[in-house]
Amino acid sequence: MSKQLALVIDLNVCVGCHACVTSCKEWNTSGAAGFLSDDRPYGRDPTGTFFNRVQTFEVGEFPHTQTVHFPKSCLHCEDPPCVPVCPTGASYKRAEDGIVLVDYDKCIGCKYCSWACPYGARELDEHQKVMKKCTLCVDRIYDEHLPAAERKPACVMACPTSARLFGDVHDAESAVSRAIRDAGGYALMPEWGTHPANHYLPRRKTEITLHRDELERVDNPLKIDGKLPKPDVKAPSLDDSTTW
Amino acid sequence: MPNPTVTQTAAADSSVRSEVKHTTCYMCACRCGIRVHLREGEVRYIDGNPEHPLNRGVICAKGASGIMKQYSPARLTRPLMRKPGSARGDNQFEEVSWDEAFNLLQERLARIRATDPKKFALFTGRDQMQALTGLFARQFGTPNYAAHGGFCSVNMAAGMIYTIGGSFWEFGGPDLERAKLFVMIGTAEDHHSNPLKIAISKFKRSGGRFISINPVRTGYSAIADEWVPIKPGTDGALLLALTHEIIHTGLYDREFLARYTNAGYLIDTDPTSESRGMPVRDASRHEEIPEYPRNMLWWNRLSEQPAPCHQPEADPYLLGQFTLADGTPVKPAFQLLLERVKDYTPEWAEGITGIPAATIRRLAHEMGVTARDQKIELPIAWTDSWGTEHEKITGNPVAFHAMRGLAAHSNGFQTIRALAILMSLLGTIDRPGGFRHKAPFPRGIPPLAKTPKGPEGVRPDTPLAGLALGWPGNPDDLFVDADNKPVRIDKAFSWEYPLSVHGLMHNVITNAWRGDPYRIDTLMIFMANMAWNSSMNTMEVRRMLNDRDKNGDGAGEYKIPFIVVCDAFQSEMTAFADLILPDTTYLERHDVMSMLDRPISEFEGPVDSVRVPVLPPTGACKPFQEVLIELAGRLKLPAFVNADGSRKYRDYPDFIVNYETEPGSGIGFLAGWRGKGGEKFMQGEPNPRQWEMYAKNNCVFQLKLPPSYQYMRNWNKGYHEWAQRTRLRRHADPIVIQIYSEVLQKFRMAAQGRGTSKRRPPAHLAKRVETYFDPLPFYYEPLEAQATDTHRYPLNAITQRPMAMYHSWDSQNAWLRQIHAHNYLFVNPAAARAQGIADDDWIWVESMWGKVRCMARYSEAVEPGTVWTWNAIGKAPGAWNLAPGANEAGLGFLLNHLISDELPRPAQARAQGAVPGRPLSNSDPVTGQAGWYDVRVRICKAGADEAEQSWPQVAAVGALPGMDRVRNTWLAFVAGKKK
Amino acid sequence: MRPAFSVIFLTTLIGAGQGLFVALYSAEFGAWLSFWAMPSAQYFSLGCVLVLALLGAGLFASFFHLGRPERAWRSAAMWRNSWLSREVIVLPLFMAAVAAYGLAHHLRGAGDLTLTLGGAGVALALLLFVCTGMIYACLPFLQEWHTPLTVINYLLLGCASGFLLSTAWAAVQAPALLVTAAAWTAGVTLVALVMRGAALVRDASLRPKSTLQTAIGVKHPRIAQKAQGFMGGSFNTRDFFHGKSFAWLRLVKWGFLLLVFPLPLALLAGGAALASWPVLAAAFLLQYLGLLIERWFFFAQARHPQNLYYQAIS
Repeated sequence: MSKQLALVIDLNVCVGCHACVTSCKEWNTSGAAGFLSDDRPYGRDPTGTFFNRVQTFEVGEFPHTQTVHFPKSCLHCEDPPCVPVCPTGASYKRAEDGIVLVDYDKCIGCKYCSWACPYGARELDEHQKVMKKCTLCVDRIYDEHLPAAERKPACVMACPTSARLFGDVHDAESAVSRAIRDAGGYALMPEWGTHPANHYLPRRKTEITLHRDELERVDNPLKIDGKLPKPDVKAPSLDDSTTW
Repeated sequence: MPNPTVTQTAAADSSVRSEVKHTTCYMCACRCGIRVHLREGEVRYIDGNPEHPLNRGVICAKGASGIMKQYSPARLTRPLMRKPGSARGDNQFEEVSWDEAFNLLQERLARIRATDPKKFALFTGRDQMQALTGLFARQFGTPNYAAHGGFCSVNMAAGMIYTIGGSFWEFGGPDLERAKLFVMIGTAEDHHSNPLKIAISKFKRSGGRFISINPVRTGYSAIADEWVPIKPGTDGALLLALTHEIIHTGLYDREFLARYTNAGYLIDTDPTSESRGMPVRDASRHEEIPEYPRNMLWWNRLSEQPAPCHQPEADPYLLGQFTLADGTPVKPAFQLLLERVKDYTPEWAEGITGIPAATIRRLAHEMGVTARDQKIELPIAWTDSWGTEHEKITGNPVAFHAMRGLAAHSNGFQTIRALAILMSLLGTIDRPGGFRHKAPFPRGIPPLAKTPKGPEGVRPDTPLAGLALGWPGNPDDLFVDADNKPVRIDKAFSWEYPLSVHGLMHNVITNAWRGDPYRIDTLMIFMANMAWNSSMNTMEVRRMLNDRDKNGDGAGEYKIPFIVVCDAFQSEMTAFADLILPDTTYLERHDVMSMLDRPISEFEGPVDSVRVPVLPPTGACKPFQEVLIELAGRLKLPAFVNADGSRKYRDYPDFIVNYETEPGSGIGFLAGWRGKGGEKFMQGEPNPRQWEMYAKNNCVFQLKLPPSYQYMRNWNKGYHEWAQRTRLRRHADPIVIQIYSEVLQKFRMAAQGRGTSKRRPPAHLAKRVETYFDPLPFYYEPLEAQATDTHRYPLNAITQRPMAMYHSWDSQNAWLRQIHAHNYLFVNPAAARAQGIADDDWIWVESMWGKVRCMARYSEAVEPGTVWTWNAIGKAPGAWNLAPGANEAGLGFLLNHLISDELPRPAQARAQGAVPGRPLSNSDPVTGQAGWYDVRVRICKAGADEAEQSWPQVAAVGALPGMDRVRNTWLAFVAGKKK
Repeated sequence: MRPAFSVIFLTTLIGAGQGLFVALYSAEFGAWLSFWAMPSAQYFSLGCVLVLALLGAGLFASFFHLGRPERAWRSAAMWRNSWLSREVIVLPLFMAAVAAYGLAHHLRGAGDLTLTLGGAGVALALLLFVCTGMIYACLPFLQEWHTPLTVINYLLLGCASGFLLSTAWAAVQAPALLVTAAAWTAGVTLVALVMRGAALVRDASLRPKSTLQTAIGVKHPRIAQKAQGFMGGSFNTRDFFHGKSFAWLRLVKWGFLLLVFPLPLALLAGGAALASWPVLAAAFLLQYLGLLIERWFFFAQARHPQNLYYQAIS
């Protein structure tokens, strides 16, 4: 099977710090593919093109509330619905590594691909007027000028909790495949058959179960200091009533 | 080109063309190592430095947005003077040259220094060079210097350092690599940033259990295995109940307490004794170090009689009561603790904290059993301070982390004492899996640094006779005059806040305005937005900054005559300046994270680091460091001039290399590559190539201590001898954990009119000092809540900064503000519905001090008795060069308008010892920590006819000369092609 | 979805054009089958000009939808898989056929050539309806669109509108055809009403397949978004939300149902009875207005699953 590069995002450790958001913006706005524009950067309702967002959801009701930080970018579907609808061929999925890309030179900005993406992963750059999305930092991951350890997407490099894993999900032995297997990785909106390459790892809960008998031990320090009550020596005992 | 197949080559080209420089981040207080990639002289990309010990290559949202800080339109680029005839706040400025600015400052400051140096006050905000700013103040001779610690987390520093000789964050932290249970209590969003994120992630992945105790579940708490919601300000009650349960089930580490704390010290309990409440001393034993006496007594369990403490062959009783040969009744300190927590039952705490008693018990059991049963043993031999050899280092894998949620309450000091004691009970101090120190910690309890002890320490044309900030060990160390009046403008180290070790920056403007204790002439503010989110009473501060004398000699003059603001950005504060000095960004200067200040040390040993400029200064910006060096030379401050009065240091880099704390001390700002050829560390002659060596080594110097010095450092003989040799510490004596605080007891005794201290508090403060200087931790409701009608104001209101802006100075950042452009008040739906408030409604939030209008956002992740919001998002219109219609100004709001810097007056505060006309600060009565998490509020729906705009609104601030007035309607950042 | 006016105009204008062409050709075909007399050459040639005007206006409108209109030519590239690409190819082909058909009528009058050209034109018109409809119908997660009814309705509504215009046109150019045209128009319109109604009934019964639970993969009955990750909006919040209330949407629905069906039919009856082309033209304009609203509604009522991710800011 051919390669399918993807991100695996571990919701179990994501603290919602937005490092992936701005490191992505920073890399890509200065990248070879051109800027990511920002409108009204210092005005009302500032808005700009970002490939990556971190969202926050609350699950459950107080006090049993989970706060889930949820990073979201293009999922690089195995069967990307955005690609076949593109009238110009600007949207394409690379055969060699499964990355879904947009050729900005061919894009006519018809937005049809964004309609065809159930995940809202695409953003029209309001000033280049072409559709943009996560490229998995294709301009980093094959750059032989970078040390091998750094040939990873900018968000993966940045993530302080290493909640973002990067690799080939078709390689059963890769770290990402193992993480998906071991931690129950799942895909978003499986109902559409898009087979996203990116996976998410769910929250896991570590609990301690204590039994009553674990609380007190023979070496309880209270005994050393004589604080556990000792019975009165004079109180009746077996010795008072029995002979052997 | 955008065709990615082509892109590959393009990227390759660009990386060939780009130049990479290493330096240290300053987007927050975390100080990670960064790599700045430049192309055609512009920043293209900033990423984490993989070689850096702190962040190991990762970077946060702020760090990755540094480009937008560098090219921010809010940058100040010229020195500016308020226009003659214009009023403060009018924002009318004209350019001046640096020469003019320096001449003016030199003339003014020289005059002050020659007459009364304390009339110059230097207060700094997010200052990462307190070693330099503090040195400048000290050399100038003014006691009026502090950074923002007083409203940040001095309770955390003082509560921990007075108990275990170290604290969290820069000073120490949880050893999550080995911990099995991690309890985070009262930690806002992102404190501290990347290192803790790295550690928590690893900890969780290795199966550790993470419990977060917090009124709000955001940030790190989000990924906790269990969230325990708690009412703000009640953490002390919880910690004491946990202590109760741990003691009563015998889940404490007896051996650790006996050997390494003062739990076994015998305390005089004779109610008639002059020295009641003090540890009994063996007067026959000679004291080598008077500051840290070691002649206390144990009641030896093995011989059933009193014995000198810490003898290897003895073992003290921790519980019981005994009678000394002279008939003095005594109890071990631990017995007193047990008696103290007797009534602090989980049931009692449930009523205060809102946490079910069963949960409190379970938490205590989890902590105790994990500590007891999952012991760590490292095969590392070490020797303790009393000469006992140990074959291994053991640890109890329960780690804690706490921050502002505990600190920013007026009961925070005692709460944090309770936390430090709980951690000690579990035997987790500087042991694997627990809390671990970072150099230069641990320090003696208290640290030796002291302020002058009276007004005679402040003399014209003379350096201050002590440090501006210190660690009082007894009432005689206070910085007050013969009438007990404070010498410092912020009343730090006075009887009102005796252990205010970080000063009280939040009091400065109010005190200077009121002339209580006195008026000042010049106030210099560096990087602190006192006219906005750095003040608790924003509107009042703005009024005070603008207030003029009505009558008398100086009628018509401002009550604070001259204000200098040094900052890289225009802000709400700059409008109130008389002189603005444009600072550089962090990418444009030299800087040091010094061992003399708060370095970035790791558990394994000391680490310090530097910044080196990767870009030239913008416009006429000048690093504040250079400003201080220049001023110090012009004012001929002794440490900065040669014997002949000529200037000693060319510039800041020269100063850093050549300055020694004392001539020939070999101790300077940087610990790495000292000695003539850079062959020494910690101590050594100045090395002219020190900067180069830092630059070559990722701008960081890390010393890894031998493993046997990495643990048990309070009592580690080898470590202490090393620390003494390298002059990290003066003494090599053990640092015994103060379960029972002798320092506090000395203050209490003074308040009771006894004890060996010469000083006694003034009558109106005696009760206050006696109450709060309890040598054992206790719980009391925060002072403001005590004085609030809590039926009228039933809710606690707290704030925190969002992770993407935590500790970040420039929150107008073009990228970060897209994430948070305005803020909501988060309300539990139950609490909101009770007031008829729907999600998204405009509401009023009202405290007894004021009110704000804002939008409500339902949240199930907040305890129903609490409302909260993101801090410092709301801005004045036009501030930070944002468009006047920016969301920050129109929709964003500050909770600060609801908070007071002073306690209610007069009736309620009088109980605390306030005198008419001299209100008490809304601060912890021990440390002066601003109690800005104490405010109580109520909420109601705003009227349908009211404007959908936050309230209050202030007058708009305009751009300043030298600032980019062009309002980009859109921005495309491409290095070398910035639009 | 947020209705895109360029697309609303494109689809309604070319729909009317296609419908009109089908009507013109029906007139010729009927005459060829001797159902009625052959209308004048002008009826056809000028009619074709009318068709081309509608198609041209639609094409013009469509350019406003493109971020990079200068590259529009590229959009013919992917005819093998993109319905949009196919539409882009079929539309000019159809226009060419219309032009040829009109020209042939103008130059040589009705005959085998026009019959053949027209037949090809009708085939292209129908194909164009399919292409246009399939652009929407082929998107599975836009459940409101993902039905054959979408194609059928594009076809029927386009035809209804074109036939109505042809009736007015007949009143001007071929009075003999007026009643027949009116009858056909009424028939097509009523079928369109049934099918549009069927689509509305279907929409009302749709349950979104995607939920917050599947969107973020958390299995819990109660999930609420607190932050979408940005506050000042993004492409995702601008292009996929109509921002109107439910009540407004209902008003719009009844508005277009009224404007597209009963009102034009009433005017059609009146116009046909009075043989008044202005009344019939008014009927067409009224219905066209209704179709604009219908198309707006078509977009607005489609709930894009991506919207699950963009529900709240804070």
